[in-house]
Amino acid sequence: FVSSYLKNLATKLIMSRLLKVVKQSVRTAPTNIETLSTIRQFSQSKSDFSLPDLPYDYAALEPVLPARIMELHHSKHHATYVNNLNATLQKRQDALQKGDIAAVIGFDGAIKFNGGGHVNHSIFWTNLAPPNNGGGGSPSGALLNAINDKFGSLEKFQESFNGKTAGVQGSGWGWLVYCPQDKTIKIQTMPNQDPIGSLGVVPLLGIDVWEHAYYLKYENRRPDYLKDIWQVVNWKNVEQRYADACK
Amino acid sequence: MSNRFKLPALPFDKNALEKGGISSETIDYHYGKHHAGYVRKLNAADADGKVPQNASIEQLVLTANGKIFNLAAQIYNHTFYWESMAPKSKGCRGNVCKALENEFGSCQEFVAQFKARAGGHFGSGWVWLSLNKQRKLVITDGHDAFNPMRDGLIPILTIDIWEHAYYVDQRNNRGAYINNFISLINWERVEQRYNDAVNRLKSNL
Repeated sequence: FVSSYLKNLATKLIMSRLLKVVKQSVRTAPTNIETLSTIRQFSQSKSDFSLPDLPYDYAALEPVLPARIMELHHSKHHATYVNNLNATLQKRQDALQKGDIAAVIGFDGAIKFNGGGHVNHSIFWTNLAPPNNGGGGSPSGALLNAINDKFGSLEKFQESFNGKTAGVQGSGWGWLVYCPQDKTIKIQTMPNQDPIGSLGVVPLLGIDVWEHAYYLKYENRRPDYLKDIWQVVNWKNVEQRYADACK
Repeated sequence: MSNRFKLPALPFDKNALEKGGISSETIDYHYGKHHAGYVRKLNAADADGKVPQNASIEQLVLTANGKIFNLAAQIYNHTFYWESMAPKSKGCRGNVCKALENEFGSCQEFVAQFKARAGGHFGSGWVWLSLNKQRKLVITDGHDAFNPMRDGLIPILTIDIWEHAYYVDQRNNRGAYINNFISLINWERVEQRYNDAVNRLKSNL
């Protein structure tokens, strides 16, 4: 625990220093040689993405999501995406320095998969909250208006979302997204760990339908999992994401 | 109601693979709910008139698309998967063993490559050993209901790497499941399938 805290602190220090350098270089002279070489030096250091802490205990989402699912999901599945992302980025960096472009391109799949897994799960944990403390109920304000406009009602939205998400073949996610091009919200599913941001939309709410997300409690009954998950959806978080996207 | 498609019997008792790391509980879910569920859903689609008449499961795998392909292929794949395992594996043998040595250098090297494909596959899917039209043994993998017959290959061995295949027994540890599977491979059946495949290709010349 201490070593991961120190590692996180070190990463934060490096990143804040890097950010300062970048901001400085943009404010003053972007072609300042000393500044550019400093940036290059930082970007060559080991990429260090880290597993975010959950905003609640493993047991906090019971009875909907039992602790044994949450612990595996966070400390094993998500952690593995983070570790594999870091390892792949390091290998990619090594290949890039050797000028081995074929090898660099060869890492694209692993970066998309593990990086997507990291991004998706990081959003997911914030989209959920304990049933007695922020989870469930109904959205309000601008997001509720948008849902009613687009789908007719919250219930109709959930029915449509669940139908599409239950229909994902194999592993994937169901998403509520904001589409900046037509300024509307949409339901969109994605396969595997493909990051939905790559479609040019803003993710608001994601529900993981990989079997590991529900199997230990729901077995193959994905529709039952989708019926229950709404009891722990953190609408305040989704509203905030919507407000930020609309700016 | 239709019962045109049948759930094939398991080629072993549901606790036969326990010593090899696949529990009867997994079989209850995997065979009794997943595999049986695909059969039930294909029959329901048939009752709705959505399945071409007079087509066998194998023909549907080769020619159907979308939901019907998915259901038929998952039925076919799971049947093939059960037949790929046996409680007492007798090890790689016969003509297929020689062919694997020719193709991969050794049976161990084949196993290493097969394990790497199964471990490295992102998401749900299947990994297959098949014979191609040039009579070479090839390892292919694909997502979800992937079946190599669509690519003109003759399959002889498969492993299911959907999470439901291993989550009850191994949780997220796909590697441990793959190792167990390797020890359970029904090499007699693989040899039979290999010889049949070679004969089929010879008779097509």
